[in-house]
Amino acid sequence: MILVLLVLLPFLGAVATALVSRGGRDACAVTAGVATAVALGLLGALAPGVVAGEVVQASVGWVPALGLQASFFVDALGLTLAGLILGVGLLVVVYARYYLAAADPPGRFYAFLLLFQGAMLGVALSSNVLLLLVFWELTSLSSFLLIGYWRHLPEARRGARMALTVTGAGGLSLLAGLLLLGHSAGTYELPVLLQRREAIQGSPLYLPALLLILGGCFTKSAQFPFHFWLPQAMAAPTPVSAYLHSATMVKAGIFLLARLWPVLAGTEAWFLIVTTTGLVTMLVGAVSALFEDDLKGLLARSTISQLGLLTMLFGLGTRMGAVVGVFHLVNHALFKAALFMNAGIVDHEAGTRDVKGLGGLGSLMPVAATVAVVASAAMAGVPPLNGFLSKEMMLEEAAHTRLLGQAWLVPVVVTVGATLSVAYALRYVVRVYFGARRGEALASGQGAGAHHDSCAPPEASRGPEAGRGGGAAAPHDPPLGMGAPSVLLGALALVVGLFPETLAGPLVRAASAAVIGGAPPGFTLALWHGFTPALGMSVVALVGGAGVLAVHGGAEKVWRRLGVPDPAGWFEAGLGAAVKGSRKLTLAIHDGSLQRGLALLVGTAVMVGFVGFGGAKHTAGERPPMPVEMLTVLAWVLLVTATGAAVVMHRRRYLPLLFMGVVSMIMALAFIFLSAPDLALTQVSVDVVTILLLLLALNLLPQQSPPETTRRRRVRDAVLALLGGVGMGSAAWAVMTRERKTLADYYWTHAKPEGGGTNVVNVILVDFRGFDTFGEIVVLGTAALAIFALLETANRGEAGRRLAQWKPGRPLSPERYPLILIAVTRLLLPFAIVTALFMFLRGHDHPGGGFVAGLVVAIAVLMQYLASGFDWADRRVRPDHHALIGWGVLVAALTGLGALVFGRPFLTSAFWHPRLPFVGEIALSTAMVFDAGVTLAVVGAVMLALAQLASASKRAKQWAEKRERGEHGGAP
Amino acid sequence: MTHWLIAPIVLPALTATVILLFLRGRRLRLARYVSLGASAAWVALGATLVARASTGAIETYALGNWPAPFGIVLVLDRLSAVMVLLAAVLGLAVSLYAAASDLDRKGWHFHSLFHLQIVGLNGAFLTGDLFNLFVFFEMLLIASYGLMLHGQGPARLKAGVQYVVVNLAGSTLFLVAVGILYGVTGTLNMADMAMKVAAAPAGDEALIHAGGLLLITVFALKAALFPLHLWLPRTYAGTSAPVAALFVIMTKVGAYAIVRVTTLVFGASAGEAAWAPAAWLLPAALVTLVLGFVGVLSARSLRDLAAFGVVGSMGTLLAAVSVFQPEAITAALYYTLHATLAGAALFLTADLVGRRRGDHGDALTPGPRFPQVEVLSVLYFLAAIAVVGLPPLSGFLGKLFILDAVRPSAHGAWIWGFILGTTVVSLVGFARAGSTLFWESAEGPHASHCKVPVHPELTLGITAALLVGLGGLTVMAGPVTAYLGAASAQLFDTKAYLGAVLGAR
Repeated sequence: MILVLLVLLPFLGAVATALVSRGGRDACAVTAGVATAVALGLLGALAPGVVAGEVVQASVGWVPALGLQASFFVDALGLTLAGLILGVGLLVVVYARYYLAAADPPGRFYAFLLLFQGAMLGVALSSNVLLLLVFWELTSLSSFLLIGYWRHLPEARRGARMALTVTGAGGLSLLAGLLLLGHSAGTYELPVLLQRREAIQGSPLYLPALLLILGGCFTKSAQFPFHFWLPQAMAAPTPVSAYLHSATMVKAGIFLLARLWPVLAGTEAWFLIVTTTGLVTMLVGAVSALFEDDLKGLLARSTISQLGLLTMLFGLGTRMGAVVGVFHLVNHALFKAALFMNAGIVDHEAGTRDVKGLGGLGSLMPVAATVAVVASAAMAGVPPLNGFLSKEMMLEEAAHTRLLGQAWLVPVVVTVGATLSVAYALRYVVRVYFGARRGEALASGQGAGAHHDSCAPPEASRGPEAGRGGGAAAPHDPPLGMGAPSVLLGALALVVGLFPETLAGPLVRAASAAVIGGAPPGFTLALWHGFTPALGMSVVALVGGAGVLAVHGGAEKVWRRLGVPDPAGWFEAGLGAAVKGSRKLTLAIHDGSLQRGLALLVGTAVMVGFVGFGGAKHTAGERPPMPVEMLTVLAWVLLVTATGAAVVMHRRRYLPLLFMGVVSMIMALAFIFLSAPDLALTQVSVDVVTILLLLLALNLLPQQSPPETTRRRRVRDAVLALLGGVGMGSAAWAVMTRERKTLADYYWTHAKPEGGGTNVVNVILVDFRGFDTFGEIVVLGTAALAIFALLETANRGEAGRRLAQWKPGRPLSPERYPLILIAVTRLLLPFAIVTALFMFLRGHDHPGGGFVAGLVVAIAVLMQYLASGFDWADRRVRPDHHALIGWGVLVAALTGLGALVFGRPFLTSAFWHPRLPFVGEIALSTAMVFDAGVTLAVVGAVMLALAQLASASKRAKQWAEKRERGEHGGAP
Repeated sequence: MTHWLIAPIVLPALTATVILLFLRGRRLRLARYVSLGASAAWVALGATLVARASTGAIETYALGNWPAPFGIVLVLDRLSAVMVLLAAVLGLAVSLYAAASDLDRKGWHFHSLFHLQIVGLNGAFLTGDLFNLFVFFEMLLIASYGLMLHGQGPARLKAGVQYVVVNLAGSTLFLVAVGILYGVTGTLNMADMAMKVAAAPAGDEALIHAGGLLLITVFALKAALFPLHLWLPRTYAGTSAPVAALFVIMTKVGAYAIVRVTTLVFGASAGEAAWAPAAWLLPAALVTLVLGFVGVLSARSLRDLAAFGVVGSMGTLLAAVSVFQPEAITAALYYTLHATLAGAALFLTADLVGRRRGDHGDALTPGPRFPQVEVLSVLYFLAAIAVVGLPPLSGFLGKLFILDAVRPSAHGAWIWGFILGTTVVSLVGFARAGSTLFWESAEGPHASHCKVPVHPELTLGITAALLVGLGGLTVMAGPVTAYLGAASAQLFDTKAYLGAVLGAR
């Protein structure tokens, strides 16, 4: 469990750091430092056992269904990387304390840093590859935050996004690869997975898995052609670069190559792809480092080159290659972190990172200069430093590697690479610390701390950090806390070089054994191996490197003239084009056209309907059709004509309503003809209410709809309509011509004995499927509420302005409320209500019911509004519409709930036939109460809709009149 | 006889009615307390249902005491229980947020409409009857239309017309489809229809096939599947963000219906029509996936971003569904839980940001520094991680799960490519949006007109709580996926469902 705690510590530290962020730099740095140090201590406690070959494991169950477990293990390889993460991490925490300016929020910085540390530690120690993936993506996310730390700088934002995009995409590729790998291995647990070499390499999934995994590794470790994000990430604060971009994150890809080496390496594909990529990256990085003027940029490109070297070593697939790879991985972390810190110090003190603006700092900053010389020498592979050791072992390995059948290719390329690395290392030291001082004007031109608060990049220099801590005074060695970490790292590079076997031997042996998955080959780490080819190559590189630097000036001119490709620029441009293209595509598709949405819906329905129908067997129904009579033909002709007329005249406002009324009436007649009086009744009353409400609504709309459709669209719509109509008609025909046993028989037999009513339709509505009815009255009430909410506030805002512009459609009749109409409607009201009552009461046994009754009442009241005017009627309508709806639903629901008291389900009905004196037997049922609820809700909903529509048009009318009066008043 | 199944439908309906009758207008404070108390109760109710369903028994409830298939039945299995719980959790967050941000003051009947929406959701999840499903779809549509317009504004009205008209056309199509299926099978009960479809004579297959596909088309419209997704971006981006957050679950109702009806009625036993929707779903889902995340890349406002994110997540979800294998359905269900909460969190974040940026609103343009930018950037970062599907939140697990589950399928490679590719696209989109909105705007002076809206801590807290919920979904992924795995197994074991609904016949 120590292991789980170890991984959790940085995350806990991140939270703690965020909490103490008000305490300033010291509080944050101490918190972060303590968390890191404790973790390092824990790791140190495990180290002796692990180096001796022990493997510490811990596992917590997480998602068994996925094979994902929170399991960790430490072997020597994991220990090596974890040691780097925590060791360099501790130094970076100290360094950053002095590096950050007072205005830089320390809490955010340290919290992100620890977040990254935890993620990285997870990568190093995960035993489950899916868990590793989780941490892998977390490193991408936290590095995004760290690179974008100076969020006001455009290049920081761009760099952060680019790093996230490239490494995030790589992470997804890795995800796919690891899933495939785990599948072919049958496990996601590394200790087991690493034993399944045969299963993995024998699987047809090997090659895809390999390619996908390499996609992840190469993006993370900045291998060509994905290397371009690393120089862009230099917009990050230097401690971040020292940590992420030298020692840890970029090593994650290499680490994974090493981790999976036993199961992936050793095939032709692995060798070709990995070695070649490594070699190319090595050259590309080295050449571009040579011509980079920004110190951090130079280091970033040199890192690319060194990462290429590491990749190449693991790509060889030889056991010795793995040994050298592990050794160089550590060595590179030591000297490169020191160099990055050194570059930050130079920037801090001299106010610029531009090589061209620097020089002669050696005498002013002797300590920094010494560190730089030692670390650069290590990078160049100068004895007796650690870099020399691993580089010479590398050259030895390369000397007998054949690539593409050529024995000379690899040795030549690595020698060129080594030569170039000598040249850029020399360039770093010579141009910064030796020669004449330059850039005085630059450095002194900036006031001390002038840029601290705004953090704005000084115009004259490249780096955002220019002038941060330095000032008008001459550059000098940094404070102890800032200098010490790089001194320590440099010293380590030196002592490892001097006493390699003692200091690094056991760890390298154990770690390479972990990589290889068996005993490592015999080797000794020593400065002197005798006169070997590698020694010759080393000498060539050292001499050649000095020579390259000597001709650097001329070479640079040529280089600049060449117009070197700029993949980062391409990437940005490509992304910009993609955004533009996507915007175009999105707008073109989602143009907000209702017609398009409807056409696609109808089109889809037509397509799936026809294809679905056509793809399966169909036999025509056997029910004989009814004889065709003159009357039905007439009705049919009328129906088609009215429908056609509604389509043709759709731009007129009221006429289509009329035709729709005709359609509706024919439907009602058809229902009667087919012996469905209930449906006919409902159809008629619904139709009346609908048309009345539509009339009111249309009154508020413009007089004419302008023709907006193009000919093409009309043709499209016509075709769709035709196909849809044909489809619907045929479906109806096919369904109606077949004899099928349906639920109807059951309803026929059970309506009277168990439902207590002889009108089966009504019993279905209030009993068999009373729940549907309950739902529908809620829908109706909701619709009324929605109408209310919509229109009540319609006089506000844009809609209100439009409404204020409204003019009555046509000249109003001089007689606004015709007397005869008033008289008739008022006379009709009591009759209508009695009719409604009648409909309601007989509903259970005969055509009628609560729904129709409600509509009849609503129509009667509607007529009052129409005939006598809104105000007159509204004054006399007592009950509040909202309350009617509410009570309706409440009554229906409570009736339903009543059954619960008797231990029956919701809406179970009961009925009695009590004999009353004088009246005789009457039928009472709970369904009737339910039906009363329906009636109330229907009346309420219709009235509410009516009242809102009417009052909206009344308000509009009042405005129109007021406007007119205002105009007349203003004329004279 | 227990009445747990009817409670999630009748109680919210009663709550809405009581608020309408007695707590209208000036009594908003009291209405809020009642409404929020009820919302909390729905969560407890949902949890109870999940607890009951987790035993593996399928409970039924015969409304009006009429036996299936003649009456309407409600059916509770693991899937419907977890969906009810999901709706309740989301509903609680949204109603709290609406009250805390004073959204409910901006128009009429917010709380009534809200609980009616819950009725529609719960009804759709619990019903075992196709026509009853139609009724609840109507309730969802009308209540959501009311909520959508809440607070008014021309963009909202315009988008609202499109929303309601297209969806009413969809309702018509629903009736057509149900009509055809009833005409052929003579039943509306889903279990009974499954039996009838399985036993249908060969000559009926064409009509069953066509009717089934039309029905799935309606569900696809609700689920915003290409090419029927056009209504979604404008509707979600046009309405108030909290309402949009609630709407995130509406698309999931469509997905639920697709899963339920296909596995039950058009599953392995359906003869010629077996798994017929699958062939249509997969390509449509993949295109949806692309259009959604390409839309994310081209978004102009945070709400746009969130809306297209919803489209993209529906593509992901339905791509997994289209495989119609138990593991893939399990993965899709886990992703559903995640995507609902994540999408809602993103919408709420958009609201929080928009309210603080004055005239800039939630537009993705650099503007002046706004209050609480640090907290908001953390919320956005987490919500974005969730929607994109990166670790450590549940979106990553969901995607991992889906990829793992669809691998054996014949089209697995396609699904992999599309899901992984679009993840990169959305990653770029979210990174761009965030860096513009939070990094570019983070420095410099506060703008004078940007002020902290009402109850800043509460609204931030509610949004954060949703994200914490995602964290919980991640940490508890083991038990959650175990439950969902059992839910998925239950879907494929149609015998148990038929037995529970129709008895041993």
